Amino acid sequence: MADLSALRSMNRLFYVLLAFGGLAALGGAYAVYMMEHHGHIISGMNNQIVWGMPHVFAIFLIVAASGVLNVASIGSVFGKAIYKARAPLASLLSIAMLSGGLAVLMLDLGRPDRIIVAATHYNLTSVFAWNVVLYSGMFSLVIVYLWTMMERRMNVFNKAAGLAVFVWRFVLTTGTGLIFAFLTARQAYGSALLPPMFIVLSFAWGLAVFHVVQAVIYVWNEKKLDPEILQRKKNLLGVFVIGSLYMVATYHFTNMYFAHQHGFELFILRDGGIYPNLFWWGYVVLGNVLPLLLIYAPGLGKSKCVMAAALLVVLGAFALLYVFIIGGQAYPLNIFPGYEVSSSFADGQIASYTPSIYEFLLGFGGLAIAFIITTVSVRVLNFMPQDKPYISD
Amino acid sequence: MSDTNTQRREFLKTSLGAAAVAIAPGMLLYSTANGKTEGASSQVRWGMLIDTTQCKPDCNDCVTACNTENGLSGGKSATDSQWIRKIEIKDVSNGRVTSLPMMCQHCEHPPCVDVCPTQASFKRADGIVLVDRHLCIGCRYCMMACPYKARSFVHETLTDQNPDVPRGKGTVEACSLCVHRIDKGQIPACAEACQNKAILFGNLNDTNSEIYNKVRSVASKQIRADLQLNTGVRYQGL
Ligand code: SF4
Repeated sequence: MADLSALRSMNRLFYVLLAFGGLAALGGAYAVYMMEHHGHIISGMNNQIVWGMPHVFAIFLIVAASGVLNVASIGSVFGKAIYKARAPLASLLSIAMLSGGLAVLMLDLGRPDRIIVAATHYNLTSVFAWNVVLYSGMFSLVIVYLWTMMERRMNVFNKAAGLAVFVWRFVLTTGTGLIFAFLTARQAYGSALLPPMFIVLSFAWGLAVFHVVQAVIYVWNEKKLDPEILQRKKNLLGVFVIGSLYMVATYHFTNMYFAHQHGFELFILRDGGIYPNLFWWGYVVLGNVLPLLLIYAPGLGKSKCVMAAALLVVLGAFALLYVFIIGGQAYPLNIFPGYEVSSSFADGQIASYTPSIYEFLLGFGGLAIAFIITTVSVRVLNFMPQDKPYISD
Repeated sequence: MSDTNTQRREFLKTSLGAAAVAIAPGMLLYSTANGKTEGASSQVRWGMLIDTTQCKPDCNDCVTACNTENGLSGGKSATDSQWIRKIEIKDVSNGRVTSLPMMCQHCEHPPCVDVCPTQASFKRADGIVLVDRHLCIGCRYCMMACPYKARSFVHETLTDQNPDVPRGKGTVEACSLCVHRIDKGQIPACAEACQNKAILFGNLNDTNSEIYNKVRSVASKQIRADLQLNTGVRYQGL
């Protein structure tokens, strides 16, 4: 019989956590109100840096939401028992992060009140419009998938739903990559490598988030994750991290190879001030090298190390997205190749950008939405992974 | 059990009906208000030929005229709208400096129209690329896609608008080729204001027009011609 006072204090802790989440969400709502009222002038974004901090948060959440489903797919599509036991939690996280990411994306619009127009005046050639379908489709599919897992009578459809989710999330992350890949006029984007790069990144980021949440749930329930499972999980995380680093490196190498991208690469990797710093220290060292050490170095790789590694991978994700989204716009657009240019509209100049507090409030508001959905669901429904006493595969 | 079901079905039917009745008039109004432009003919392709040899580096007349015509503040901060701007370019290989006005190039294949999720960015039959202020949701994807940085986002509440040129906070805008003037038979404000006659406006499809004949007789260029957008604005003397 559990100690009653311990139970009570856990209960209290739950409400405290929820209150924190609620506060952050309120902060987001406040930012939305202020931006609606004053316009985007109170954000740090401008006519040169048109997408800013909110987009960093939103794209992280959406990419991770797709990647976290990998855990579910390995279970459902490839039939691995330990992953199957984690599919419900992975699906929940996916829904939660998708909601948070989409909320940020929508609420940052100049006219969020017109969002319904995106459905009534659909433009078939727009990648953005495709993504609206992809996101809502994913949302519904994952809910159906969860249903097939949680409702015994629906179990028969589980495999089919799992397969559909598996395919859909690849298309979805491809769509996210395509948003940038189709911007052929900009040096930073317009690369066919972007969709596959985003897919591999999504694996690493999704698994990292999954790991953090799972570790917290185990501690909360005073359970210990089977070392065997931890071992597999951390190896998988290591492989995904190496894979994503490889993709990012390839993207930059191929850019270097094209003479007209050379200036841009030097900017991002060497001369651009905050951007190379964030790239090398934030993304490469903190987001990749350190996690890999924590996972693979002899003597490390224990549960705390893996937790730290996962958190660092998430941190690195934000650094990379900042460099990719904002650094990519800061580098001047090459309107007149072969000419030096200047104008009153920052032509030929590095654009400057300082994110404002409202952008952070909005971004954290999105994280808070994901957090609240996860915490409440884990509390009221049973998302605790149920492992069999032995591992069969 | 089946009784409850029937009741539920009835309830759903009634509420769906009620919802339809409530929404229909709104939709009707909405589509009336959004009636598309009439009168623009696909026989016409409006365009400009800009003679950079005539454009003076210290002259800003076209920019000023544009600001006045369209009710822009003329501010130059990073959040101010600039529909047209003067760019100085220096040829790296020989040091020759040229000054020219830059604005929406009114592409035949505009990337902004391709990427716009709501069809707010559209091309009129006569080749003018516009933003429908009532459809724009302010996602700024078109600004990311434009190779010329021709578009601005309205960052704050506007005052003193020109009734002919509606603008709106939270939406994207750009050079409209002074569509409101063209539809009255006038030429764009910038072309009219240029004392050096550097901006020639006209119908690129009309074999009798000056622009038609000039584009065929002098060497002109499209900016970023490598992107194959077939711009309506051409430059001479680059
Ligand atoms: S900002 Fe407006 S015009 Fe531009 S792509 Fe978005 S909805 Fe279309």
